[in-house]
Amino acid sequence: MSENLSKNWKDRLIYTDRVDDRGRMRAVANNLILHLHPTKVPAPALRWSYTWGLGGLSALLAVILIVTGVLLMFRYDASVERAYTSIQYMETQVFFGSMIRSLHHWSANLLVVTAFLHLLRVFYTAGFKQGRSANWLIGIILLLMVVAFNFTGYLLPWDQLAYWAITVGTSLLGYIPLAGDVISNLLLAGPEVGQGALRNFYAIHVAVLPALLIVMMSYHFWKVRKDGGISQPLPQLDEKGKPVERVERLTTIPYLVRKEFLAAAVLIAFLAIWAMLVPAPLEALANPTHPPNPAKAAWYFMGLQELLLHMHPLAAMILPGIIMLAIVFLPYWDKDESDIGIYFRSNVGKITAVFGVVLALILTPLLVFLDEYWIDLPAILPGWPVILSNGLLPLLLSLGGLLAIYFAMRLVAKANRSEALVGLFTFVITGFIILTIIGIFFRGANMALVGVR
Amino acid sequence: MTNQSNSQVTRRDFLKLGVGALSALAVLEIGGASLLFMKPRTLEGEFGGVVNAGTVDSFTPGSVVHFPNSRFYLIRSQEGGFLAVYQRCTHLGCSVEWEVDKGQFFCPCHASSFDMVGNVQNPPAPRALDTFPVTIEDGQVWVDTGTIQSRDTFAVEQLAYAP
Repeated sequence: MSENLSKNWKDRLIYTDRVDDRGRMRAVANNLILHLHPTKVPAPALRWSYTWGLGGLSALLAVILIVTGVLLMFRYDASVERAYTSIQYMETQVFFGSMIRSLHHWSANLLVVTAFLHLLRVFYTAGFKQGRSANWLIGIILLLMVVAFNFTGYLLPWDQLAYWAITVGTSLLGYIPLAGDVISNLLLAGPEVGQGALRNFYAIHVAVLPALLIVMMSYHFWKVRKDGGISQPLPQLDEKGKPVERVERLTTIPYLVRKEFLAAAVLIAFLAIWAMLVPAPLEALANPTHPPNPAKAAWYFMGLQELLLHMHPLAAMILPGIIMLAIVFLPYWDKDESDIGIYFRSNVGKITAVFGVVLALILTPLLVFLDEYWIDLPAILPGWPVILSNGLLPLLLSLGGLLAIYFAMRLVAKANRSEALVGLFTFVITGFIILTIIGIFFRGANMALVGVR
Repeated sequence: MTNQSNSQVTRRDFLKLGVGALSALAVLEIGGASLLFMKPRTLEGEFGGVVNAGTVDSFTPGSVVHFPNSRFYLIRSQEGGFLAVYQRCTHLGCSVEWEVDKGQFFCPCHASSFDMVGNVQNPPAPRALDTFPVTIEDGQVWVDTGTIQSRDTFAVEQLAYAP
């Protein structure tokens, strides 16, 4: 057997069988890459303009984060006294310390973006249909885990940014009725952010979440294959029920792997250059008595924080919660499988999507301005408790507005359920992005609206 | 064997049920132990413990003194009563600052403000600043920072006087 095995050590890493004529087929079956991918994939599924490679890029970022994260663990000290100085030391004294931290920081931020865009891609190509509801849910859980990773990692440098973003973020939990304070106390190991919270966040960030992530990611990949690969349009059938044209299928090696390597190379090059040019931020040491003004959460929470300025905190959590649930249950709401694999479902879907974008572009800033300068619901309804006037009422108005948009698309645009949901989803996502932009760029001291700096 | 129709639990079902119940119990035990393991840690003398603020006489009536390490402001009213308010804003947990010239606590995060006894002057804060129990023994003021008391508004009964 040994004389038939490839002499090349690299081949031995991925092939487990002898390399002769008969063994070549088995080699394909035993290839490590082919445990991840099927042996053949439909040619249209390989187009950049279909997937944009977002799932693969997210997975690559996860790998980069694990590698750089393990390196950081060797140099980081999760104690209130030493956390900040250990980061300072890393930034100034440790070989490649600043670079490794910067790579970790920017990969983490980029992963929020690519995972979110991946969700958008899957939604717009109806990738949650044809029995893919379980993987759709796993994907949403993975996205939430990415956010949880970012949130717990945010505290670790123990600078002003970290301390106050986590203080504001965890205070939100306090508004959950009954259980809120208990959860917040457990997470923070006390009433406010301190040594216990730093330790807890560190353990969650470097042990609990990575273990869960690896399990969930593996499951996500495995399920893609079990669901029959990524979503593709249904074949067009002639009168006899035969496909009009055969979809070409290409072998994974080299056609898919080649593209993946290209995307990975471009991403790594981009990240390396970016990390060298823009170091990860580090503000002054955390000072529990002096919050910065304005105190802002991490950028991906700015949409929520903006919502919070306009509604009672309970309402500002229930509204995104309901939207999140609606997104989770989307596969049960939109069961029309005829439009799978087609961007925006149809021409009507394209129109509803554009309508959603335009409506959100007009309505969101308008409502923010109205609430900021003219409408003060608690003042208009003085007899009402604030939880009704500034909580339940805006919540019901928002939900009513979303329903109105949905039915307007159904009735006026004559959209079917699938197409109307494209419009509604687009409206919600665009609105959320606009709120995030307002929160990041247009909120100054005392969280007042300001122009761009 | 007489009431065969009633005895639907077979030996296999019983064992399955037993293993399931025992597993559930084990999960509860491990979960409970983990929660207790992670329960909030507090230290005596620091924030979270009972703090000695000083003698009664060292605080002039109508004054507000900040204890940054213990996270509270000790307020002495004009009548001489003591009130310890938690510096944490009731909106989203930022630290409020005492502004002497305006006579108010101000939160820079979302611009809430509170008057001298912690009542909300300006929302979004939903309720008055939380307080800690104050006890006065032998002319010494003690503040229990381990017990956070929430309240909607200020009431005269919240003031602590020397016995």
